[in-house]
Amino acid sequence: MTEFEPKIVAFVCNWCTYAGADLTGTSRIKYATNVKIIRFPCTGRIDFMLLLKAFGEGADGIIVSGCHPNDCHYTSGNFHARRRWIMFRGLLDMLGIDVRRIQYSWVSAAEGAKWADIVNTTVNAIRDLGPYTDYAKVAGYLEKEAEV
Amino acid sequence: MKIGFYPGCSLTGSSREYNESLFSISKAAGIDLVEITDWNCCGATAAHNLNKELSVSLPARNLALAELDEMEELVVPCAACYNRLLMTQHELNEDEALKNQIAQKLQMPLKNDIKILNVLQYLEKYFVPRLDELVKFPLAYDVACYYGCLLVRPNKVMQADRWEDPMTMDAIMQKLGANALDWPFKTECCGAGFSVSKTEIVGELSGKIVRSAVDRGAKALVVACPMCHSNLDMRRPAIESYLKRKVDVPVIYITQAIALAMGLSPKDAGIQRHFVPVNLTVNR
Amino acid sequence: MPEFSGILFLSTSLLTVKPSCMSKIGVFICHCGENISATVDVVKVAEEAGKLEGVAFSTDYKYMCSDPGQTLIKQAIKDKGLTGVVVAACSPRMHEPTFRKACAEAGLNPYMCEMSNLREHCSWVHDKSDATTQKAIDLVRTLVEKVKHNKPLYNIKVPVTKTALVIGGGIAGIQASLDIANAGHKVVLIEKDPSIGGHMSQLSETFPTLDCSQCILTPRMVEVAQHPNITLLTYAELEKLEGFIGNFKATIRKKAKSIDEKLCTGCGLCTTKCPTKKIPSEFNTGLGFRPAIYVPFPQAVPNKPVIDKLNCQYYLKGKCKVCEKLCPTGAIRFDQEDELVEMEVGAVVAATGFNVMEPSGFPEYGYGKYKDVITGLQFERLASASGPTLGEIRRPSDGKIPQKIVFIACAGSRDPAKGIPYCSKICCMYTAKHAMLYQHKVHGGESYIFYMDIRAGGKNYEEFTRRAIVEDEVNYIRGRVSKVYEENGKLIVKGVDTLLNAKPVEIEADMVVLASAAIANPGSEELAQRMHISYDAYNFFSEAHPKLKPVETNTAGIFLAGACQAPKDIPETVSQASGAAAKVAILFSQNELSREPVVAVVNRSPAPLYSTCVGCFMCATACPYQAISEKLITDRKGNVIKRVAKVNPGLCQGCGTCVAFCRSKSIDIDGYSNEQMYSEVMALLNND
Repeated sequence: MTEFEPKIVAFVCNWCTYAGADLTGTSRIKYATNVKIIRFPCTGRIDFMLLLKAFGEGADGIIVSGCHPNDCHYTSGNFHARRRWIMFRGLLDMLGIDVRRIQYSWVSAAEGAKWADIVNTTVNAIRDLGPYTDYAKVAGYLEKEAEV
Repeated sequence: MKIGFYPGCSLTGSSREYNESLFSISKAAGIDLVEITDWNCCGATAAHNLNKELSVSLPARNLALAELDEMEELVVPCAACYNRLLMTQHELNEDEALKNQIAQKLQMPLKNDIKILNVLQYLEKYFVPRLDELVKFPLAYDVACYYGCLLVRPNKVMQADRWEDPMTMDAIMQKLGANALDWPFKTECCGAGFSVSKTEIVGELSGKIVRSAVDRGAKALVVACPMCHSNLDMRRPAIESYLKRKVDVPVIYITQAIALAMGLSPKDAGIQRHFVPVNLTVNR
Repeated sequence: MPEFSGILFLSTSLLTVKPSCMSKIGVFICHCGENISATVDVVKVAEEAGKLEGVAFSTDYKYMCSDPGQTLIKQAIKDKGLTGVVVAACSPRMHEPTFRKACAEAGLNPYMCEMSNLREHCSWVHDKSDATTQKAIDLVRTLVEKVKHNKPLYNIKVPVTKTALVIGGGIAGIQASLDIANAGHKVVLIEKDPSIGGHMSQLSETFPTLDCSQCILTPRMVEVAQHPNITLLTYAELEKLEGFIGNFKATIRKKAKSIDEKLCTGCGLCTTKCPTKKIPSEFNTGLGFRPAIYVPFPQAVPNKPVIDKLNCQYYLKGKCKVCEKLCPTGAIRFDQEDELVEMEVGAVVAATGFNVMEPSGFPEYGYGKYKDVITGLQFERLASASGPTLGEIRRPSDGKIPQKIVFIACAGSRDPAKGIPYCSKICCMYTAKHAMLYQHKVHGGESYIFYMDIRAGGKNYEEFTRRAIVEDEVNYIRGRVSKVYEENGKLIVKGVDTLLNAKPVEIEADMVVLASAAIANPGSEELAQRMHISYDAYNFFSEAHPKLKPVETNTAGIFLAGACQAPKDIPETVSQASGAAAKVAILFSQNELSREPVVAVVNRSPAPLYSTCVGCFMCATACPYQAISEKLITDRKGNVIKRVAKVNPGLCQGCGTCVAFCRSKSIDIDGYSNEQMYSEVMALLNND
């Protein structure tokens, strides 16, 4: 049996984490291929329907990463992102979605090594959690409902 | 009216006259000071130098006892005891876990909400409003009020008014007819515990205090703390040795000043117990 | 539970949108020499990309950013009629502008070009493997799907009013005004006191050169007053500031001076005859007096008096009017009222300076109790030739010359317990200066400085402090002072010498000078709020970035100069003022501001909906730039039909926080729209 390779989407902000990930590249630090980055202007732009859509489309795990508090290029976007995450986490918990599948982090443009670390840690953690199948189950359930 | 009273070691020993004058003026004013049952030493400097838990438990036990005696207010004339009791109350208020731990150790309930008053607060609340009627013989002298350290420090907890230049005792003395002098040594160190281990330091530090008061024309130093009194009065020889001259300015407790002004006998005020004779006569 | 998740699933699937089948996207995979091709099979990536729906052209090339590479893209755009371009190469942070420019040159809107990061995020961080190539394919597919939803965007043009408002007439405001005016632009300089000059005009000599402060300042003050491009308004304050960068509307309150400035010749007769003479002079820090009608100091600019309404006999009791009777030109106007003036400006420079803390919070030093305990600024006035003692150091109590003087550094600064925790920066230098001036003026005098550290980091600063110690024999004692008290007419200073093993030190001084903390001016908080700029816990104005943007604020078009941002000395203040002026000049160098169009937009549609926006303004609360305001949609008669949000494209910085806030998805951001981002997410995860 082939080992399960998680699919992980990273929602990152352009000014800090994207630049930090660039630095990881320039420093040639290696990390797992499972994480693919989508670029946002700011973590404040990320609304949670996007995260749910990622799960819905087959992601097993998500990383959201932005600037350190007080360093946001747009002053306060990361604060909003953090507050939203706190509220959203409670909601996910209530819905029965494992909150450990979403990893929040602050990675600055200088923290190339930290980004690699976060990617590798998250990939291992999601691998341990196994594939995310809830959505597929629900989709199947709804399709059956529709047929009836 | 009954108010709780914590004498501490010094009031029953070396500063008996403080106790006597406090009781005589309270009795004359119709206030019944009730000693709390089975009180213990507050720990003073020794405990908090050696063991944190001990330094908090000893005062805490007294507070718990006062609560058992159903006291709402607790008068603590000795400034050191007052400082320890108030600091303990403050610390236990900040740390709930510690408070429960101590209560557990003491095997006594501890609400920690009793109102602790130092002698100046007690006098301000119960005597100052009535001084106009109580004062029979004004003490018309220039006096220097000496507060010492423990009544004003640490300021965050002690919440003294004007910690560099307090005025509470001065205000009381003014009401007694005295002229409370403005002088810069109100809260300077007297040498404290060096009284025993290095008396010459007390000679220097207390000497400076006495010199400043005398140079400004003080006819008496007024104190509210047994340690202050002891160093300024009992250690007068050391002071005179440092100043290289004889100084005969007497040191009286604020309660003694009130007793004299109220017309109580010198014996009631306990002034015969001092080392330096108190020659303040009041116009009878 | 399944029902709950089902609702979420349904609602997210509603957001699935079908990409436009009219797209003709060109995909260009770069080898980047061997940087990408060593670990990623670039040929395969190009092949797979070519199979995607909507991709009209897919190729790979060794160096896309090179001339031939760019030509390849431009040619493809023309030949294939491409509607969008994806360049899969290095990081967009590197070459997005390069490729966007190339597309623009080929006639394709530059915002139809996106980059996929195959180098920093893929080839450089993974080993050569199938998974790496698959990731590259996924990343390309993601951006292709995004570009299908890209819209052509055009840079936003904002007009610019080429007049600057400088608030504050100290050396910072003066320098900034002169620089902007000399660059050919109009400046309005407002100053709340009757004269410009600020604290620098109160100084006697300045470190490290011991230049006479007023000698170097007053020529600039006169230059400001005479400059054809500068309108100087003194005794004036900012009442209101509206608008945005390039287009501010400022309301200035010109306080009533009770003088007609056009008639007043500055002869000064009124000031000599005013019967109310004993008002403590603000300029002389309370050490001297001034009359009710006064000119703050002899070199004031403008050199015309104002009437202090709070102390004038006429305003208080309706009596006197001596000045009016005596004035040879009849310039006194008791009926003058405050005037509100509106003006349009393109940029604002905040140069409001600082204040010196009253050390009464430190009763151990005796300030306020003993007359001969004074602050550093008060010492400046004593040392100043135009001061209350005409430059002689004299005790305020009895006018005698002190023979022993003690300076206490850090009186209130670096004190988290009672004072302010930061360092006031200028005190070490001015204390050394004061001691030196004292030694120069009082031969045989003894000076002592109690210090914690000596901070003398500027050019020639260290040499200056050493001069104090070596040449002028100033005694430096490293230790704090515990108490200052009076005994027999002397001030006893009790301190400690920590370099001599904490030896207690007692000095019988004739005068004590406290280097008290530099703090923000009272009213700074209100002024910052009026200008919509950020300020810190100490009410100093906040710079946009502590290292890289020290003269800008987070509010576009408002700049900072001088000590209002943080305590600083004159050289730094002048540098920063010129820096702010340069920023203003950059702003004014164009008639129109061209801004990146990645901004938020509230949707609008025809009647009767007009917009899905319900006017909750949650977006406005999220915006750090005050870019969102209310828009009233009215009918032809002017009746309000709907209240919606509107984004000012001149102010919006494009963070998108508002977009995530909107509950009805009525606000979106061009360049990172909902359609674009959802399509990226979907494309990333679906291989088919």
